[in-house]
This record gives sequence, structure tokens and C-alpha cells, in this order.
Amino acid sequence: MSETLYTIEVEVNGMRRPGAVPARLSLVDWLRDELRLTGTHIGCEHGICGACSVMLDGEPVRACLMYAVQANGHRVTTVEGLARPDGSMSVLQDSFCETHGLQCGYCTPGMLIASQALLDSNPNPTEAQIRDAIGGNLCRCTGYQQIVEAVQLAGRRTREAK
Amino acid sequence: MKAAPFEYVRAASVGEACELLARHGDGAKLIAGGQSLVPMMAMRLARPAWLVDINEISALKFVKFEKDVARIGAGTRQCAVERDDLLASRVPLLRQALAWVGHVQTRNRGTIGGSLAHADPSAELPLVAQMLGARMLLRSGSGARALEAAQFFAGPMATAARPDECLEEIQWPIWPERRAGSAFTEISIRHGDFAMVAAAAQVALDGDGRCTRAALGLGGVGGTPLAFPKIAVRLVGTQLEDGALRDAAEAAAAACEPGSDLHATAEYRRHLARVLTGRALREAREKATTA
Repeated sequence: MSETLYTIEVEVNGMRRPGAVPARLSLVDWLRDELRLTGTHIGCEHGICGACSVMLDGEPVRACLMYAVQANGHRVTTVEGLARPDGSMSVLQDSFCETHGLQCGYCTPGMLIASQALLDSNPNPTEAQIRDAIGGNLCRCTGYQQIVEAVQLAGRRTREAK
Repeated sequence: MKAAPFEYVRAASVGEACELLARHGDGAKLIAGGQSLVPMMAMRLARPAWLVDINEISALKFVKFEKDVARIGAGTRQCAVERDDLLASRVPLLRQALAWVGHVQTRNRGTIGGSLAHADPSAELPLVAQMLGARMLLRSGSGARALEAAQFFAGPMATAARPDECLEEIQWPIWPERRAGSAFTEISIRHGDFAMVAAAAQVALDGDGRCTRAALGLGGVGGTPLAFPKIAVRLVGTQLEDGALRDAAEAAAAACEPGSDLHATAEYRRHLARVLTGRALREAREKATTA
């Protein structure tokens, strides 16, 4: 039995990406398996762990809780879209590196998306606001403290650069 | 891919959504934010033949005010309600409850109507709807009707909405009293998880600090969220002294029907019901006193 394929076009990291997808293909599966954007990770696949977080029209969402067909006509930013145009790391990514905000790296793309979305709307967040913003992202390595420090460092650097 | 195969269609209007539901019958299901439905489909607890997507219907996304009611479109995102300062001043329980709902990523996608239509008995928004007496406006191809929350919530994950109906709007009562206060609290394993027990309270006071109106409710301790109007009315006329609040919390805990599961026994849930109702009532009183 062949499944119906739905034609979609999604703006992914600034580029228009066409696709033909079965309705039940999740957004994260499409990004990873079809577009080969494997920076976004798959963890629990039912909305608990946050590893698959991407920005949909600028707001962080879980890419495992959306079907790719639902993203048709929308704008998606993945972790690959956070780096500078020349491919070098963003301020936030550098900060994660420097404060040891990651160890195994599995949660990192989700953490980066969640904290970049926070900094986009609030460049000077309190510790409580940072912890709330990453509250939907599980990390089993860091104990979260260095992730909070990374976001604080990135916020400070971004403010100083302005 | 984890869900069973299904066909997908985007509805451009509520009318079209109703028409699609009528055409595809029991096999069709509406998808709003999908934050509960998609996991259920991934686990194949839900296997709709057709998904009717109502996310792109802008007419379902609004917040409007009338004299004593806040009207919220069913498709309004939880994050939009959370950020609405005017709404927070008129129906403060909504923002207070949403702080406990999932996480930023799920509230960005989850909708007000979706949470109510999913009718999880431990969920926060159904509890607020039940204890405030919100009205649900349902539309189908054959017309519109309104249901009180008490009629709408029929059991665990079950509502009185027919398969061909779309929840269109929710009307939340605004308490006009100047001296009013409300509070929402819960206990869960981790913040953002399902509540083991959730409690909400709202009280209004006159100039002498006497209670003129009260409402309280509990989630996670029955097949639907529970409201306790008979217990609340006993607070009216009191000064909301600690003893009166304690009596109300004990009465509510005695009246609920908690079950046991892996995370909490019925006995523990009843204990939480008493403690959390007391906390919510005291916090609501403090806010009303200082309002």
C-alpha cells in the first residue's frame, strides 16, 4: 500500500526547501532524513526531552510533535541556522564551549535553540528566566549549571557588543 | 515515522473544518497544537484516518472582552494567552495556571481549546474552566451550541462534544470585584509534568474584608476536574480566617475521588488535595487583601 504524498515547501534556515512527504512524517524526521540536517537530535519522540527543538516562525517548538506537512508555508530554524554565515560558531555556541555547557552533546542542539530564543526576546535574562526557558530540555551530563552560565555569558557578550 | 498512516487536510475556516468532520465521520480528528494528540498517535493510542488541521484558521485566534466575560478563540496559542497583560488582570487564573502547563516549547504550539477538548483530568486549563464555570461554544454543520464546563467535561479524556463538532470559543467569567485574588498550585514529579494534584482558588472581599464570593477546584483527583460550589459558598460572609479555609480544604479533600497509580496512592493524593487547596485559598486571600 502506498501512502499519499503531500507537497510542501518550508523555509529552512533561510532557504526554500521543497518536499513530498507522507502525512505521518514528523518534522524532525523530514529535517534529518530528507534534508540531512542531522544537527537536530531525536530523543524521546513524544515531547518530553526537548532534544528535537527547532524554531518555527521564530518560536521554539518540539519538532517531534509536528508533522512535516504542518510546516508547509512556515519558517524553520534548526541548530545549523544558528551559526554565522561564514560557518563559524555563534556567540551562544562559543559560550557553551567555553563554560563546558555540554558533555555528550545529545541535548545541545535543543538547548541552543531554547536559549537562543530566550536571548532573542530577552537579552538580559535572570537565572530563573534561563532555567524556565530550558525547563523543557533534559540534560543528563551537565547538571544544567554550566548551561545556565553559558546563556548568561552569551547574554553579557551580546549586550556588550551593542 | 511512528504514527499509523492517515490522510491530512488543512481547513481554511471553521465551516470547512465542520464539513470535513461530517464527511469523514468517526475516523476524522481535529488537530490543533497537537501537543497531546501527536504523542498519542506516536504510541498508536489514537489512529485517526483523517487529520483535519485547524492551525491555520486565523478566525479561531482571538482574545476579546465583554462586560463580564473574556472570549478566547479555541485556536489561540497558550503562549499568547500567557503574555496577554489585560487578560491576566481580568482572568488572572489563566496566566497563573499556564505557568504550570508543559514548557515554553509546548506552550508555543499548544492551544487553549486543544487542552480543553483533550480533557485530561489532571490538566490545568480544564480545572480553571471547571472552577470558574467557563462556557464552551461548539460549532457543527448543523449549527452552534454552548455548554457549561460542568456539562462539557464528561470523563477522563472525554467531553460532551460530538465527533462532528469543533470547539470554537471559550468564555471565561470576569469577576468585577475590585478586591479579588486567585491562586493556582500543584505537585508533580518535575515542573511541567502532569500534576499529581492541582488546586485553584479565587475569592472576592468587601470593604470590611468579608468574603462575598469564592470558587475552588481540584484536578487529578477524579475523572474530570472538580469544582466545589457548595463548599465555596460556605466561605461567603466569613473573614476567610485560617480555620474557615482549613474546613473548606478538608471538605474538598473528603469530597474528591482520587485513584492510585505508580506515582501516588489515593491516600497521598487526598492528602495533597487538602494541603494544596489550603495553600491556594490562603494565597488567593492574601492577594485579595492587598488588591
